[in-house]
Amino acid sequence: MNQQDPRLPTHDPAAPRAVVDPIIRIDNLVKTYADGFTALQGVSLDIERGEILALLGPNGAGKTTMIGVICGLISPSAGRATVDGYDVVAEYRAARAQIGLVPQELTTDAFETVWDTVTLSRGLFGLPPDPAHIERVLRALSLWDKRKNMLMTLSGGMKRRVMIAKALSHEPRILFLDEPTAGVDVELRKGMWAVVRDLREQGVTVILTTHYIEEAEEIADRVAVIQKGRILVVDDKATLMRRLGRKTLTVHLLEPVSALPDSLAQDGVSLSEDGTRIAYAYEAGSTEDGDDVDRMLRAMLDAGMRLRDVQTDQSSLEEIFVDLVKEPGA
Amino acid sequence: MNDRPPSPPSAASAPARARPAAPPSFNTHAVWAIYNFEMARTRRTIMQSVISPVLTTALYFIVFGSAIGSRIDEIDGVSYGAFLVPGLIMLTLLTQSVANASFGIYFPRFTGTIYELLSAPISPWEALLGYVGAAATKAILIGLIILATAGFFVPLSIAHPLLMLFFLVLTAVTFSLLGFIIGVWAKNFEQLQLVPLLVITPLVFLGGSFYSIDMLPPFWRAVSLFNPVVYLVSGFRWSFYESSDVGVWASLAMILVFLGIGLFTVWRIFKTGYGLRE
Repeated sequence: MNQQDPRLPTHDPAAPRAVVDPIIRIDNLVKTYADGFTALQGVSLDIERGEILALLGPNGAGKTTMIGVICGLISPSAGRATVDGYDVVAEYRAARAQIGLVPQELTTDAFETVWDTVTLSRGLFGLPPDPAHIERVLRALSLWDKRKNMLMTLSGGMKRRVMIAKALSHEPRILFLDEPTAGVDVELRKGMWAVVRDLREQGVTVILTTHYIEEAEEIADRVAVIQKGRILVVDDKATLMRRLGRKTLTVHLLEPVSALPDSLAQDGVSLSEDGTRIAYAYEAGSTEDGDDVDRMLRAMLDAGMRLRDVQTDQSSLEEIFVDLVKEPGA
Repeated sequence: MNDRPPSPPSAASAPARARPAAPPSFNTHAVWAIYNFEMARTRRTIMQSVISPVLTTALYFIVFGSAIGSRIDEIDGVSYGAFLVPGLIMLTLLTQSVANASFGIYFPRFTGTIYELLSAPISPWEALLGYVGAAATKAILIGLIILATAGFFVPLSIAHPLLMLFFLVLTAVTFSLLGFIIGVWAKNFEQLQLVPLLVITPLVFLGGSFYSIDMLPPFWRAVSLFNPVVYLVSGFRWSFYESSDVGVWASLAMILVFLGIGLFTVWRIFKTGYGLRE
């Protein structure tokens, strides 16, 4: 575990702040499979109403298992999860009725039509037929023209959209998207995110896993990082990036210097080999109230340096993520 | 969903929205949805579903009824052609029930679409009702088609039509249950076809579908009494001609026993989540 990492919060990482009336509450969930593999080692997580939560983690971290337990595909070994207060095991009808699930695997029937399979989904979730709603869903996902096509005749991207249509057919208040954009072209991916944003507008809570971290960065309100069956960190995306992100100030000099003056000698400051660039790495969060950059530049000017150019870089969520989940000592 | 109706509850106001009422304790819409989805496959394959049994029945009557049957004496006062009808219907009813139900539940397992069934607010019994109901319906329809076809070849008389329908429905439901169990148990397509091929077909052929077990030597006659299909065929035939190999009450009792065994097995499967849920 990376609990020694000083940048990580010292309090319970699963509850960075109290979520009042969460739509999903996961409480110390454990799942050990029949072969002895423990996929979830006591996961606790509150999911807020109406948020888009990105669940990040390497392969095998437990993302799909966690979703499976909440949606009823997998029985938990210990702990519990509630959806809007309803226990996912004891009160599965009330819990599942609110959830739309788009699993990772691309699985569709073969000989049925798009219309029939989406209609089936609505019925399965206990709602009376509503052709007008199905039409709206199919149109929004650009599937209306394909409604009479057999599923086996559709492309992979279309099948993916059919699975989303099935999940939306019963007007869920919560939508799980497990790797929805894996193997999906750029155009379609953008279309999917537009749909997700629309859903959020309507108050639907969206939980998504993705390998494209820049997507999480773009769309999520909060980010949870899961590794080896444990939640490492969960926080607002902006807070997370500010707290865990690094910034680098690079100053290009007009005239090279042979060594850093004493006034600049401190942790995080380095001089390039040719003496033309000074780099200063600092925590992204410190710019809000700190004067690091100001102090640094003044010190350079005071030391008689002449500046050619100044540039700053911020680490991406991807770099933060890679940094978080990397094996100790790796 | 740009064209959804207005009044989108915003994220901020969402918590204020009333918690949806707990769904009813029986998901009728789900049962209907499964039933209709399964019946849609029957409609899609209507040609195979109807033409095949009609053709098979016609062939049986030409070969057994006319060609061979003309040299066979009446059995219990019934011409051989007419004697064949209940057995033929039973043969198809059993194979169709098992095949429909086993395929109906196995295919979603095979493709992976079973995830949706498992994540839906539906109890296993509701799912069972949808799948078995559809499988039995199709089998019964085909049984009735064969009956109608047979009417073209032999003079039909049904002494107890209601009892006949009762046998038809109960047998279709029982063997659809068996099919459902096979569909849940099977690990691959071979296993899916193994039981019908190695168990159902021999039992049906040796179960007095095409002959009266009275025609057998005493030893084989005694052995036949252990064949459950004997009771089904015999009772069914009694409802037509009031002649049977075993008593009609024994037949009724046996089919109810089979139904009970089927339901118990399914109950066990659902209790352990065997093969379906992790």
